[in-house]
Amino acid sequence: MYFGESANYGFLFLAPWLIFFPTLGLLINVAFGHKFSERTIGAVASLATGAAFVVSIALAWTLSASHADVLRWRLAEWIHIGAVSLDWTFRVDALSTTMMLVVSGVGTLIHIYAIGYMHEDVRFKADPGRFQRFFVFLNLFIAAMMILISADSYLMLFIGWEGVGLCSFLLIGFWYEMDTLGQPSWSNSYAAKKAFVVNRIGDYGFLIASFIMFWAFGTFQFDAVFAKAPQVSQGLIIAITLFYLLGVTGKSAQIPLYVWLPDAMAGPTPVSALIHAATMVTAGVYLITRSAPLYSAVPIAQNIVALTGAVTALFAATIAAGQYDIKKVLAYSTISQLGFMVAAVGVGAYVAGMFHLVTHAFFKALLFLAAGSVILGMERGHHHVEHAHQDKSKKGKKKQEDRGEIFDPGDMRNMGGLRKTMPVTFWVYMAGTLALAGIPPFAGFWSKDEILLDASLHNPTVYWLLTIAAFFTAFYMGRQIWLVFFGTARHEAASLAEESPRVITFPLIALAILSVIGGAINLPFTGFHHFTHWLEGALGKVEAMNLDTQVALVSTALALAAIAISWFLYGRAPADAVRRDPLETLGVLFKGMNGKWWIDELYQALVITPYVKTAQFLADVIDGRFWHDWFHDSVVVGGFNWASRIGLDVYADQKGIDAFANNLGAWTQSLSTMMRKAQNGFVRSYALTFLLGVVLILGYLVFK
Amino acid sequence: MEFILQPLTLVIFFPLVGVFALLFIPKENKDAMRWTTLIVALITFGISICVLTMFRAADVNLQLVARYDWIVVGGWNIQYFLGVDGLSILLVLLTTLLTWISILSAWTAVEERVKEFMIFFLLLEVGMNGVFLAQDLFLFYIFWEFTLVPMYFIIGIWGGPRRIYAALKFFLYTMAGSILMLLAILWLGIYGNTFSVPDLIARGGIPVNIQMWLFIAFALAFAIKVPMWPLHSWLPDAHVEAPTAGSVILAGVLLKLGTYGFVRFNLPLFPEAAVSAAPWMALLAAIGIIYGAAVSYAQADIKKLVAYSSVSHLGFVMLGVFALNPEGVAGGILQMINHGVSTGALFLLVGMIYEQTHTREFRLYGGLWKITPVFGTIYLITSMSSMGLPGLNGFVGEFTVLLGAWGAGQNGVFYWGGVWLAAISALGVIMAAVYILYMFQRMFMGPLGEIVEEAKKHGRPIRDLNWREIAVIAPLVILMFWIGLYPAPFFNLMAPAVNHLVGMLPLP
Repeated sequence: MYFGESANYGFLFLAPWLIFFPTLGLLINVAFGHKFSERTIGAVASLATGAAFVVSIALAWTLSASHADVLRWRLAEWIHIGAVSLDWTFRVDALSTTMMLVVSGVGTLIHIYAIGYMHEDVRFKADPGRFQRFFVFLNLFIAAMMILISADSYLMLFIGWEGVGLCSFLLIGFWYEMDTLGQPSWSNSYAAKKAFVVNRIGDYGFLIASFIMFWAFGTFQFDAVFAKAPQVSQGLIIAITLFYLLGVTGKSAQIPLYVWLPDAMAGPTPVSALIHAATMVTAGVYLITRSAPLYSAVPIAQNIVALTGAVTALFAATIAAGQYDIKKVLAYSTISQLGFMVAAVGVGAYVAGMFHLVTHAFFKALLFLAAGSVILGMERGHHHVEHAHQDKSKKGKKKQEDRGEIFDPGDMRNMGGLRKTMPVTFWVYMAGTLALAGIPPFAGFWSKDEILLDASLHNPTVYWLLTIAAFFTAFYMGRQIWLVFFGTARHEAASLAEESPRVITFPLIALAILSVIGGAINLPFTGFHHFTHWLEGALGKVEAMNLDTQVALVSTALALAAIAISWFLYGRAPADAVRRDPLETLGVLFKGMNGKWWIDELYQALVITPYVKTAQFLADVIDGRFWHDWFHDSVVVGGFNWASRIGLDVYADQKGIDAFANNLGAWTQSLSTMMRKAQNGFVRSYALTFLLGVVLILGYLVFK
Repeated sequence: MEFILQPLTLVIFFPLVGVFALLFIPKENKDAMRWTTLIVALITFGISICVLTMFRAADVNLQLVARYDWIVVGGWNIQYFLGVDGLSILLVLLTTLLTWISILSAWTAVEERVKEFMIFFLLLEVGMNGVFLAQDLFLFYIFWEFTLVPMYFIIGIWGGPRRIYAALKFFLYTMAGSILMLLAILWLGIYGNTFSVPDLIARGGIPVNIQMWLFIAFALAFAIKVPMWPLHSWLPDAHVEAPTAGSVILAGVLLKLGTYGFVRFNLPLFPEAAVSAAPWMALLAAIGIIYGAAVSYAQADIKKLVAYSSVSHLGFVMLGVFALNPEGVAGGILQMINHGVSTGALFLLVGMIYEQTHTREFRLYGGLWKITPVFGTIYLITSMSSMGLPGLNGFVGEFTVLLGAWGAGQNGVFYWGGVWLAAISALGVIMAAVYILYMFQRMFMGPLGEIVEEAKKHGRPIRDLNWREIAVIAPLVILMFWIGLYPAPFFNLMAPAVNHLVGMLPLP
């Protein structure tokens, strides 16, 4: 079977430009960014990503016009050694173009948003020079993500897979010298490191899976692997799929490796939206969908995937309900929603998983960006507050006292009543919330309902876990809406908050529209399964399902009930300066939800501390005191010294070697003095002496 | 003339022209010495590029051979015998590249006894290229021992506070390791009536039990040089005390003499022994990977961390070599180059900041990225290359090594080790992230460290890289991307030779 390059067709030759355009953008900004204005830097980066979006559209058109299932474009040979024969080939099929469109489309909107967001962020943090760096990293991310999704083999996919991990590290640690409140600290850099290391643990799984795959299949190329799958033993495929699942739990933040994602909120908000909600974290879902023929061959592995996703979905949703930080809620919500997707692909509902991936990219990017707008609004409000205080203290000629309180613009306990001061942000936030909560006809309803329907048919356990998770989802989003936008301001900053400029609200509105109508790409009615049919090119024939009234009614009723309960707890009596959360009456349960069920502490005790202790023990005791100091310095060197004193009476010490070195110096000096005497200033004789010397030395060595 | 103009002879001995020229330069004229040495090293690099252009990768035999009788007395038949093939060509290029880079890096760092320093460096280059190109065991041994002398003085004269201790330790360990190898070489020379490596390989037929002993004798010398766990104790001392340029060459090339020795001699000369030893060597390699990575993480000194990371990285090389399949061996050879490039670059970078701060203690660092953006970015790229980030060189080597090791485990080459050795070694990938990111975080992230204030107080605030420093590091950064993104030319250079070598082994 031949899985080589396709003949050029349409715009296929543009495929490498998915990577070249963002790379070009970042190179331009690296080279000339310091001369550019912020606007130009942002424009270059946005245009680079926008160009990738245009390429994605061209490729999607090419694919559908060609009537082929998959098109390939070979860029270069990569590794050819032994049995490995691997080229850098771009793969254009329904699955990869879907991802390309989402990544570059949502990516472009977020780039535009970031021009406005970072303009203010770098000023609040007093380092405007870093504006340029942000867009360089953002373009680098788009390039790496494009490598990931355009790969034609598991190994090329891995290049992008780790590449986006690096970008994630760089962007989480973007404000590496402070914490999320802008105070000098190591905490952001720890968050960055944590993300990278945890992802590497997942990547270990990816590597092992790849090794097994290579020696079982003899290739990393997708189609070649799938074609050979029926001849490979079940056990090996189970091992491969489960090790890939480990990789997925790292990248897509599932149990047990989800712990990095909440901390990743240390990155600027556009990063949280783009990388840690809409695109990078969905790479795991993409990987499993891409490997559908493997997973579908082993039901055991599928069940494990589905349960991992479902348990994560519920687990993370409970934590989200107990958080006070606006972005932390969304972070746990993302983990939970990724759980929905993983559960979907686990039960074999690849289309539903991808569908939710797309709608989630819209509404979660929207929610994060809107949350960013809220935070900026709070920062602006806080700015006014400080000015007011400064003016007052100047007038009263009082000693300005440090108020000793660090303002947290992301803490929902400081907010309240923002719907009046930030109306646009409020309305788009509502759209995102309703989509996430699964209220019809918003986009999230259709995709989530499709997942629930598939789960109800294949795996009742997963179905019920997800349904409860959906209930929690609606609850924590309701809680957030009431706390942030309703009631009255609980902090001066909230009352003085200001709406964001248009460069920020424009992308918000665009995403809000997508969150409202995005479900239309795959409505559960005969004749409207567009997305399903589109993906059939990559996934083979898929049974398109129509709306199941029972599943839809249950999930909608639960979502509405959850919102009602959240209103009862948080919205009914507008909380004025209530610092106590009504959920606190739950006691230890709330402590668990708020304290993230102490998983971080557990990992600290079980993994990190033992590793550090072991490393120190190995370094200090085993390698240092025992092996280096005692064995080598006492036994070996001591023995040598003893032997040499007895036998040879040669004892090398500082004096000896210095004397030798001095003599050597004197020797070369006298030699050069002598040589200088032989100089007569003519280039000719230099050359002659040179030649003579070379001949002498070489001659000696040869004819000795 | 014919003799001198042979390309390989020229590559090895051209630096002597520089040595000779240096003798004429008055000692006050330090810049003239630096320039002379740099130019000679650059010309040597140019010659090695010429060698590359003359090299035909498809030919598995030795090429550009220079062969003369040298010492023919009685049963002794020692020849001046040079040749290059796919196993050595890249290492020669690495040597000539790193030599001029090191010399350029020592431009301002070495102010004392510049002339001797430069002479030793050029002599070192002679020895290193000699080792990679000699095809006569006796000639090889001479070059092998010869490399010790200049390095001994480079550490001992221009090193840190405990330089004498470190230099002596370096010298004695390598020397002691080599004694048995010398005996084995003499045995082989008498047994085969020749010291020529290709002839000995072609002759073959060494009884398996004797092969085992010869294998051990060679392996000991090479394992100390690599260094393989647990013979690594000299390495951190040598690295910490050596001047930057010395560390670069030590890590970049001298350690490769050991790994190269395994590939060049142990595998083809003693094939049966190599096959039986494979699981044991792979086990030591795996332990080295894990141990080195864990110990690195616990270091308080930047240079020590990098030194221990070498133990881990060279574990990967050895694992690949003893996977005894094309993927593993080629990956191992590529990883030798990668380690030379990445760790060489790390030592250069550490040296650049040390020159300004005069301390290498992590706890005094922090937040450097803010004040030295170029330095920080290059350090980041180098760190990523060292921890094997795909897209950069380290990944290509590590991945092929691990892939080869997994296959070897599956095909019974590692006997009882099976795929476990590869699985455990792959944990090194996680652990590398732990210590590399720790290093990067402690130096470049977080609030500004004490050194920043300290440097300001002394009137010399920390500055970003200057153009000379960028020129020093740029070729290595380019190589990181090149090998990472387009490794095909590198693999193509070695593939036929590697396949030929593996084909000779009586694998189970």
